[in-house]
Amino acid sequence: MASTDKVGAVMVVGGGISGLQSALDLADSGFKVYLVEKQPSIGGTMAQLDKTFPTNDCAMCIMAPKLVSTGRHHNIELVTNADIMAVDGKAGDFKVTVKRRALRVDPTKCTGCGSCAQTCPIETSDEYNENTKVRKAIYVRYPQAVPLVYSIDKDKCIGCGICAEECKAKAVVYDQEESTSEINVGSIILSPGFDEFDARLKGEYGYGVYKNVVTSIEFERMLSATGPYFGTVMRPSDGDIPEKIAFIQCVGSRDEQVGNEYCSGVCCMYSIKEAIIAKEHGGDIKPKVFFMDMRAFGKEFDEYYNRAQNEYGIEFVRSRVASVFENPETKNLVVKYVEKGEPKEEEFGLVVLAVGLRPPEDAEALSKVIGFDLNSDGFCQTTALDPISSSKAGVFVSGAFSSPKDIPMTVAEASGAAAKAATEIASARDSLVTKKEYPAELDISGQEPRIGVFVCHCGINIGGVVKVPSVAEYARTLPNVAYAEENLYTCSQDTQEKIKEMIKEHELNRVVVASCTPRTHEPLFQNTIKEAGLNSYLFEMANIRDQCSWIHMHEAEAATKKAKDLVRMAVAKARLLEPLENLTIDVNQQALVIGGGATGMVAALELAKQGVKVHIVEKDENLGGNMLKLHYLPSEEDPTEHAKALADEVASNDDITVHTGTGVKSIEGYVGNFKTVLESGEEIEHGVVILAVGGQEYKPEGEYLYGENPNVLTLLEFKDKLKKGEVKGDSYVFIQCVGSREEGHPNCSRVCCTGTMTAAIKVKEKNPDAEVYVLYRDIRTYGFREAYYKDAAEKGVTFIRFEDDVKPKVEDKGGKLQVTVTDEDTDKEVVLVSDYLVLASGTRPYPESEALAPMLKVPMTKEGFFLEAHMKLRPVDFATEGVYLAGLSHGPKFLDECIGQGLAAVARAMTILSKKTLEAEGIVASLDETLCDGCGICVPTCEYKALEIIVDKKDETKKLVDVNVGLCKGCGACVGACPSGALTQKGFKDEQIVAMIDAALEGVMDNEEVKQ
Amino acid sequence: MTHHSKKKHESEGEWEPKIIGFLCNWCSYAGADLCGVSRFQYPTNIRLVRVMCSTRISPHLVLDVFEAGADGILIGGCHFNDCHYMTGNFHTEKRVGLMKRLLKEAGVDEKRLRLEWVSASEGEKFSKVVTEFTEEIQKLGPCKARTDDMVKAKISAADDASETFRLKALVGKEYNLLSKGNAYGEEVDPEKLGGIIDAASRDEFERALILELARIRPMSVKQLGMVMDVPTDKILRHIVLLRQNSKIAMEHPEGFTPVYKTIAIGGEQ
Repeated sequence: MASTDKVGAVMVVGGGISGLQSALDLADSGFKVYLVEKQPSIGGTMAQLDKTFPTNDCAMCIMAPKLVSTGRHHNIELVTNADIMAVDGKAGDFKVTVKRRALRVDPTKCTGCGSCAQTCPIETSDEYNENTKVRKAIYVRYPQAVPLVYSIDKDKCIGCGICAEECKAKAVVYDQEESTSEINVGSIILSPGFDEFDARLKGEYGYGVYKNVVTSIEFERMLSATGPYFGTVMRPSDGDIPEKIAFIQCVGSRDEQVGNEYCSGVCCMYSIKEAIIAKEHGGDIKPKVFFMDMRAFGKEFDEYYNRAQNEYGIEFVRSRVASVFENPETKNLVVKYVEKGEPKEEEFGLVVLAVGLRPPEDAEALSKVIGFDLNSDGFCQTTALDPISSSKAGVFVSGAFSSPKDIPMTVAEASGAAAKAATEIASARDSLVTKKEYPAELDISGQEPRIGVFVCHCGINIGGVVKVPSVAEYARTLPNVAYAEENLYTCSQDTQEKIKEMIKEHELNRVVVASCTPRTHEPLFQNTIKEAGLNSYLFEMANIRDQCSWIHMHEAEAATKKAKDLVRMAVAKARLLEPLENLTIDVNQQALVIGGGATGMVAALELAKQGVKVHIVEKDENLGGNMLKLHYLPSEEDPTEHAKALADEVASNDDITVHTGTGVKSIEGYVGNFKTVLESGEEIEHGVVILAVGGQEYKPEGEYLYGENPNVLTLLEFKDKLKKGEVKGDSYVFIQCVGSREEGHPNCSRVCCTGTMTAAIKVKEKNPDAEVYVLYRDIRTYGFREAYYKDAAEKGVTFIRFEDDVKPKVEDKGGKLQVTVTDEDTDKEVVLVSDYLVLASGTRPYPESEALAPMLKVPMTKEGFFLEAHMKLRPVDFATEGVYLAGLSHGPKFLDECIGQGLAAVARAMTILSKKTLEAEGIVASLDETLCDGCGICVPTCEYKALEIIVDKKDETKKLVDVNVGLCKGCGACVGACPSGALTQKGFKDEQIVAMIDAALEGVMDNEEVKQ
Repeated sequence: MTHHSKKKHESEGEWEPKIIGFLCNWCSYAGADLCGVSRFQYPTNIRLVRVMCSTRISPHLVLDVFEAGADGILIGGCHFNDCHYMTGNFHTEKRVGLMKRLLKEAGVDEKRLRLEWVSASEGEKFSKVVTEFTEEIQKLGPCKARTDDMVKAKISAADDASETFRLKALVGKEYNLLSKGNAYGEEVDPEKLGGIIDAASRDEFERALILELARIRPMSVKQLGMVMDVPTDKILRHIVLLRQNSKIAMEHPEGFTPVYKTIAIGGEQ
């Protein structure tokens, strides 16, 4: 191993969705991770959300797999209930002192069964449910919490001792002390998230005084099926369903009064979502959203906004609400506001305040202990060209801690931070991770099944209802069961040893555990039998807790009978289980980056710094892309100079091969094994692909005299002239949303509002007397970009809003441009005479994306951007493994966001490239070639592109489907589709499923026979 | 019909307090015997039940007695440190505390339940206690547990509350927590613990009463609030918990006011 003074471990501070993503990416690419979390369990804010925009996915459903993987990952150590006390050392070698507050429960013994909380007599407010529910003094934050370890809230506990008496695992330790430890890591990632704005500070809205004024996050819990009202929206005052709900935007955002001038970036979208979900839950509910500018700037967000208006009939009122008063009789709320200059009031049953995002409470303490800078708003300071790095070397940042942002941007940054953190310590990769060694696998071929059955009491969770001894007794009577026993906790460490002993003693070759759910516990037991030399697929579980004892608590007899049925079914399948093989695929450790703009260059450099050989392909003669055309970044940094520096760095890097002036002709292969032919004829073999083909500014030919009058320019063209000093004039009109948010291009281009602000400010700086008008629909200067909007307004730029469907008219009046627009606020026509007309035109994808998509079998949006695997949690992945996307070809975005995504793609790619081989799934589709006639019906059912129709090598006239087990994820879609029965799914064969069904219905059949 | 009206007439005109006394075998029962031996006289309204120790009287027994139509209950035990079973009467005191809390919640004057320490040598004291107590009940009038539906429902709710694990646990631990400290080896502030038990008793009573009322017919939060004279937001918080514990179900609302019905556990069996 190469000697290194770097430490191959990373500390991730904060276990929300951001921390989870960073931790998983790092742990999957050869680094040890310490995930430090303030709370007793990880999950953060996302775990509290009901649904997520713009897909309306259930937040917990999409998040739970990441929670479980993090909790179970052998290279991730969870350090929960902990605070960072001190940090010494430097980048590559930090010594972090961490204090763990006492849980008062031994995490190695607690099985998370929950009997303690059931009997605890102390009730207190449940923070996870925003105090709309109660929890006990011994508790887990939420039912799916990871780690599933209870802890005692010492402030509330009276020390009655009942939980300790109740706990069969003897896990309660009242005198547990806090502990301090020093952890040695090479990099640190900060992802402590954000705090909600305290709505009490906006006294005029009555939060905390009026019961029916709630915050958006409280409303989120109210919408949730696991929340207090089981998903029915109710008024906290009296349980009535509110007929009318008012959503008030910008509570604690864009508000000088409370000291938060920035835009929180996410509230417009979450309010639209909450309004839609409320409407879905009760059709008669009438939501109304009061907003200033609708900031639906993300990918496909405007379409979501349009649906809210057109399909769901949600009303939107452009107004900042002045105040809210309660009708003391009805507890209804009177909302006072001004619309088009006219004071109005309206009564609502419920008011939801869209509270903004604040830096976390401990931001300042963290910045002092670790030694990085905060910006003037108290968030972590970053720069546009290095959005992931804090001011301290070796300390990186992701998520809302650097600026308010939504989940997809957070997840992308989290991967980006993982990439940066890994680069810092790339020389120490694989130095601290562990690889488990298992004994040689026993050959069980030809053996009669000898099944061992382990039935769990789960403390009293199962045993209190189901007669466990009689279930174990019954199991012994089943055919092929060689051994059965009952355990207090089958998942406990000592039982794992017992299972291994019994496998030896009774020569067991199949194991069945009847306990909780395989979704959380199957991997544990599979590991146990693997340690005893059995193939891990020779295992089956019967879920007699979550799906039996817990739901039939008052029917002991029937529950016991059902538990026996479930065990009989599991045994029936176990009899037919076969050892499965996890095939390994060799990985070519080179990367291909398509696109030589900022995103592609950043990605290529980062990969190279981690020791990867990279090929970068750029269609133009020079590297640089759009970055060469950008001027006046908000931060004053000069992107053009930086682009040139980046290009030089790429060109001079020995590990990067630059292919300019050529496109991609063809790409074949799959993860770890791609072969690409360039138009130049060069052939490249590589293991992953990063798509960073970029986008371009829309040229609005034929609109607003563009192309006819030389003084009508796009924003980029105007800025270029401005930079060169070629702009001369006293009056300027900017028109927003040119080619965006209209038919055919329904979505927002995200960057044009801010781009307009920086241009307008520059014009005003050069000529303070210039008349500058911005004609707009919504100003979408989200996050800290709001400052430029404010600056422009303060410098005297005039903003005029026009109706979405009444575009301004432009005429050429002998050298001057005359712009006629109807001011929506006054309904009056305004005529402006101007020297320049600047069109803030949208971002469009490059046409070459369309050619690449079929080569890589990746999907696109209607507008021609690439469509990622999941809009929320897999922003830079495709369903096709080994292919990643970043930058403008994903959708319009700012330079810093492109860089963040470019780095994210690197981290995702490194989860593949850091390994010499990949292990495929064991549960995969397999083909009986004699039955397959190559009809191809299965092919489109495969989301992972693992199927292909090929010519049978043995018989050239015959066609066959080829299953690429390297890509197969084992869902079984193709098996269900196959008309000839040629495809089967290993581990879920027809006969295995049928055996379970027969076993389930055994008693029924007997009864029917008796009747006949 | 005639039978019924006669009974009604009786209760109006010739009402006499019906009092049940529970006496511990070793002190107060012996004291009552001594009272007889000494010929100290007391009113005839009381009927005595012997138990081995006053601590045997579970809260729900007391409430059962009121539900059965008694107007007053006397519990007699040994003086502190005299208990035949060492600490029985200390626990009695805590349980009576809970019973009084629940009676208060149920709107039954807590004076109807009296705890007295009477030793085997206090025959005269016993006669005085019974005489005074009978007069007191006379003044308070009939308990109405059998005649007034709301009082009946409330006592029944108090009875159910007294049987909850939570209150049993708190009161069961109360004496030891106060006398020996808690699991952390800390002293427990009696006032703080008293406050916790007060709040818990009120919550459990209110929840039990919601279940009692919603058993008869589905009720809305506002109706419950009105009948129980409890703020509707608090009623809703109770409903949240009762739904979570599968004790009450929301009936699909017509219009904008959901109603709730108590789930009959094991009803189908």
